[in-house]
Amino acid sequence: MDSRPGKGMRVHQALRHDSALKHVSGEALYVDDLPAPSDMLHIYIAMSPHAHARILEMDLDAVRVVTGVAAVVSAGDIPGQNDVSPVAGDDPLFAEGEVYYAGQSLFAVAAESLEIARAAALEAKVQYEILTPLITIDQARQAGSYIEDSQTMACGDAAAALKNAPRRLKGRMIIGGQDHFYLEGQVALALPQEDGDMVIHSSTQHPSEVQHCVARVLGLASHSVTVEVRRMGGGFGGKETQPALMAAAAALVVRKTGRPAKLCLDRDDDMKLTGKRHDFEINYHVGFDETGRIEGIDLALASRCGYSEDLSSAINDRAMFHVDNAYFLGQATITSHRYKTHTVSNTAFRGFGGPQGMMGIERVMDEIAMALGKDPLDIRKVNLYGKAPRNITPYHQHVEDNVAPELITQLEAHARYRERRAEIKDFNRASPFLKKGLALTPVKFGISFTKTHLNQAGALIHIYADGSVHLNHGGTEMGQGLLIKVAQIIAEEFAIDLGCVKITATTTGKVPNTSATAASAGTDLNGMAALNAAQEIKGRLIAFAAKHYHCAREHISFSDNHVTIGNRVIAFADLVNQAYLARVSLSSTGFYKTPEIHYDRATHRGRPFYYFSYGAAVSEVVIDTLTGENKVLRVDILHDVGRSLNPAIDRGQIEGGFVQGMGWLTTEELYFDDGGHLLTHAPSTYKIPACSDRPVEFNIEIWEKGSNLKETIHRSKAVGEPPLMLAISVFSALGDAVASVAGHKFMPRLDAPATPERILTAVEETRRRAGVGKS
Amino acid sequence: MSDVIRFILDGQIQAVHNVDPELTLLNFLRTHWRRTGTKEGCAEGDCGACTIVIGEMRRGAVHYRAINACILFLPMLDGKELMTVESLRGRDGWLHPVQQALVDHHASQCGFCTPGIVMSLYAHYLNRGPVDVATLNDVLAGNLCRCTGYRPIVAAAQVMYDYPSPSGGLGDTETQTLLASIQRTSMLALVHECTRSGVMKKFFAPRTLDELSEAIGAHDDAVILAGGTDVGLWVTKQHRMLKTVISVGDVKDFDLWVDTDSTIEIGAGMRYGQAMARLGSYYPDMGALIRRIGSVQIRNSGTIGGNIANGSPIGDMMPVLIASGAILVLRKRNKTREMPLEDYFISYGKQDRQPGEFVEKIILPKPCAHQVFWAHKISKRFDQDISAVCGAFNFTIEKGHVKAARICYGGMAATPKRARACEDSLMGKLWSYAVVQDAMRALEKDYQPLSDMRASESYRMTVAKNLLYKCFLADTKNEEPLDILELAVESHG
Ligand SMILES: Cc1cc2nc3c(=O)[nH]c(=O)nc-3n(C[C@@H](O)[C@@H](O)[C@H](O)COP(=O)(O)OP(=O)(O)OC[C@H]3O[C@@H](n4cnc5c(N)ncnc54)[C@H](O)[C@@H]3O)c2cc1C
Ligand code: FES
Ligand code: FES
Repeated sequence: MDSRPGKGMRVHQALRHDSALKHVSGEALYVDDLPAPSDMLHIYIAMSPHAHARILEMDLDAVRVVTGVAAVVSAGDIPGQNDVSPVAGDDPLFAEGEVYYAGQSLFAVAAESLEIARAAALEAKVQYEILTPLITIDQARQAGSYIEDSQTMACGDAAAALKNAPRRLKGRMIIGGQDHFYLEGQVALALPQEDGDMVIHSSTQHPSEVQHCVARVLGLASHSVTVEVRRMGGGFGGKETQPALMAAAAALVVRKTGRPAKLCLDRDDDMKLTGKRHDFEINYHVGFDETGRIEGIDLALASRCGYSEDLSSAINDRAMFHVDNAYFLGQATITSHRYKTHTVSNTAFRGFGGPQGMMGIERVMDEIAMALGKDPLDIRKVNLYGKAPRNITPYHQHVEDNVAPELITQLEAHARYRERRAEIKDFNRASPFLKKGLALTPVKFGISFTKTHLNQAGALIHIYADGSVHLNHGGTEMGQGLLIKVAQIIAEEFAIDLGCVKITATTTGKVPNTSATAASAGTDLNGMAALNAAQEIKGRLIAFAAKHYHCAREHISFSDNHVTIGNRVIAFADLVNQAYLARVSLSSTGFYKTPEIHYDRATHRGRPFYYFSYGAAVSEVVIDTLTGENKVLRVDILHDVGRSLNPAIDRGQIEGGFVQGMGWLTTEELYFDDGGHLLTHAPSTYKIPACSDRPVEFNIEIWEKGSNLKETIHRSKAVGEPPLMLAISVFSALGDAVASVAGHKFMPRLDAPATPERILTAVEETRRRAGVGKS
Repeated sequence: MSDVIRFILDGQIQAVHNVDPELTLLNFLRTHWRRTGTKEGCAEGDCGACTIVIGEMRRGAVHYRAINACILFLPMLDGKELMTVESLRGRDGWLHPVQQALVDHHASQCGFCTPGIVMSLYAHYLNRGPVDVATLNDVLAGNLCRCTGYRPIVAAAQVMYDYPSPSGGLGDTETQTLLASIQRTSMLALVHECTRSGVMKKFFAPRTLDELSEAIGAHDDAVILAGGTDVGLWVTKQHRMLKTVISVGDVKDFDLWVDTDSTIEIGAGMRYGQAMARLGSYYPDMGALIRRIGSVQIRNSGTIGGNIANGSPIGDMMPVLIASGAILVLRKRNKTREMPLEDYFISYGKQDRQPGEFVEKIILPKPCAHQVFWAHKISKRFDQDISAVCGAFNFTIEKGHVKAARICYGGMAATPKRARACEDSLMGKLWSYAVVQDAMRALEKDYQPLSDMRASESYRMTVAKNLLYKCFLADTKNEEPLDILELAVESHG
């Protein structure tokens, strides 16, 4: 259990999180904890009560005169552009002319205290002309409201294959969205600097974007804005594009008042104002043979994007990229409709559309199994990617690193899948009211940003004359352990103790133009960039030592805080100091861009992913057929992280991601009323998994044989997102339990999240169709 | 009038003058004192990021409770000991066993929930609570973590007693002496002029029942404050201003438990945490249901009297208490009156309570022979959630026939309401499947439930019926498994 960063422990070690001691002692500082300047203002954002309305008049005079109010800012106060969007230019900081969702920001009040600001905002007189909102996918479909053109990805002739297939079936599934529910809400602290410059502490996964957005809003050049983030209290994708709004509002207040300003959303406002995981509707038409092998498939995805584009384009693309999951779909047509609605603009969330796509195909697997009266695992197995030609994805990338068959076989045995299947059958036969279900589902997840240019990263390393190392890169820490992993890589490279490497806050002042810490690629990209910087300095040290000690380069090596130079051994710190005295530069940037990838979005063909991460899970559940209540009894996971850089951190990602995925598919329900108001906007009504919801028995194994075929950092694989999708096994097992009430004769219509209500409804419907009573 | 609040923190008596009595402890800690280890995740008692520990003298010993600081008003701390996450490090700088165990088990990722989790476990550690999985699930039900999936947290808690005991801190007797020195003999009375509005806010914390009834009688517009698990949210979520508050928390014997031959009397100020095991020993399902009210933190604050007085149609105590046949005792100055609890709820948001009156106690009969008492709550999430439907059933079954029936549901109507038609359809009948089926249908006459974000009308009705069926099954079947939780334990081995 000793996980202290001691001697000789570097990569592939189960080291504790670099901030663990600070977490437990309360010393870790988050943005809201930073010492506040005494003249700091507190900002409250006033939000639209309507989903769609024209603003006829917005009179804020009464707000301005409230004692304690220092400034009120709205669209007219913006010196630059009224836009905090990541790509499309369609996310106003403050509404102008029309409001497009209930919760949209109207104006900001800055006051001596948050209470004053909030109370003052109520004094605003805003007149609206209410317009008809489009809230649901259906409404948007009927109105023809899209954020962009529908996309189609095709491989072969799906229509013909469907026509010729021996068996066919059709179905439809609705998959709800998900709030990130990072424990730390959105927050930004803006500090005025000379020349009108701005320093911003933001809880963001994407400091560069916040920087660029703030500059755009203020009409400044990017070099006038510095954004810093030491850590976030959770991100999960929710702090990729969303933090720009808080930062820009705070910066605008600073610009207007010359005083420091903080904007910290409370939970309700955060949940109403910020984007979430897209909800999806998936329609499938699949043709297959008697073994269950898919011959042709037509998949139509539809998602609710909300009022603006945000990252919806890439998210829906990724959903398309993952409707195959680990399966060869044969002749496939995949279409994707991206609906524009008067709801909050949905955004990145761990998996980035991948989970929704995958959920769709896993439902298809269960349907086929039900239709053929076979075990769903057998259907999954016959459809896995294999040797050519069964290795081509619908986007024409070849699957070259397929370990799914081996993983599944190993997990099937370890988890005693077949035996338990039989035991569950016996149990269900003898148990009229409680029913168990079982499912094994795999995950294959493509690693790389699908927008190719984002696959780049930078780093900056200094070594000081005493031998201590200052490490910085563009990646941000949200709990996922990125900073410790990169520090391990650097310690390994110099063969020095981890304690010699100082982890520092991410700042746009040190590494520019970074990509978001997202797409699971944080370590892959930043680890490599940092390694590049370290190797640069190491190269200089070696060159210096070779010359200084008249020794061939090949006879110089680093180990255990020392450097061996021929038959001389000197301390690393001593060599560094000697190099300094000899005027060798001990600072270097590093850079990395992922090789091999390319993608043509017009044809939806190419090689968007450098490699794939794999995993599989077996879940066993029990449901109460009288109430719909349920419990996850046991989960076994086997997951491939390549050669793990830090098994403790990776395990944390696997189990935490899994439970988060369970929440998405079971208890977390975003409930909008007909007027488009989110009614589940706090933990009292929005239920993420609590402690007792985790699987009763939870066995997690990191695949021992794991190694990346590609030359990733120490042959590791990305781990942030993929495990979330292992939780599809829970949903599938719940469906299996429901189907057991009618002897698996019918596929229950079960949508996500599978709340007790949906499960009970599915049970009753399944019984009705089968003509069986309540027993 | 006194304007000072006194409590103990880190071995020192702290005196806080002239604060807004509605200031929450969380805001006080974070903004006034810059003790920022305690976090805000929701400001409504649901996430646990703000958990702190309070120690107080009770019958000769110091008792410790984990509490949500986000909905605790600062004056409620008067006379108590406060411990925050910053209080834990020993004098030598070492981590407390709870903290070290969490570190060793990789139980923090983003770390934002961690201080709250530390404090929940710390309270449990101080109370030398057991560390079996079921207990720990319960101890942590009020601490949400979005990153870890909880397993490492539970694993750490299971071994927390294996670490060497912490050094430093106050000894028990020192704490007792300090606590004794800040106890009041007379009512705490704070007056605070709100700088912004000029409103004079008043806060009273009487010591005796007589003082209390006098204060409530004298200020019949005052908000009565018990645990604050409803009232706190009026301030933190609805941003209401409370002008006069009368806190019952320090009233001696307001949490009395009196056991007579045939009844149990419960003081209105009894907290869930105090009542759970005791009520459970008479009515196991009542105990089990209370265990599902809120979290440990909520049950450490929330009172039964507060649940009743609040009058919510989805409050969980009403169905069980009404089904049991509880009598409510109201008091105004020296006059008391009694009524069957079900008669107290007139319509949504309206109860039969007059100005100056307060809930003094609840009297419920002890269970008798041939009685079947069963209760269950349905919610989206099993732990720490508000009921969609809560059903409680109390039958006397003699010679296979229903001799008496009291059925009450929450979540099915605008008030907690008895199912009279359903009861009538059962009375005198054979306790049988067919009769129960009829009784299930009769519920349609009793209720027209609503649809909302917790459940649809049709689910509420279906599940209400099925709860009655489950009650019947629980009484009559002993072969087939009926409770998913039993399986959860079983498969865990
Ligand atoms: C996170 C969370 C979870 C919760 N979960 C549940 C749950 O699962 N089930 C459930 O039923 N409830 C739940 N609640 C609400 C529950 O805690 C309250 O209803 C509680 O019982 C109220 O008691 P209190 O002592 O906190 O009352 P307070 O909040 O202090 O007061 C509540 C109301 O009662 C009045 N009052 C209090 N005492 C008296 C008295 N003696 N005489 C007259 N009036 C009085 C007050 O003026 C106020 O109107 C939850 C609350 C929170 C914050
Ligand atoms: S802040 Fe969430 S419980 Fe207090
Ligand atoms: S560690 Fe992030 S919420 Fe628990």
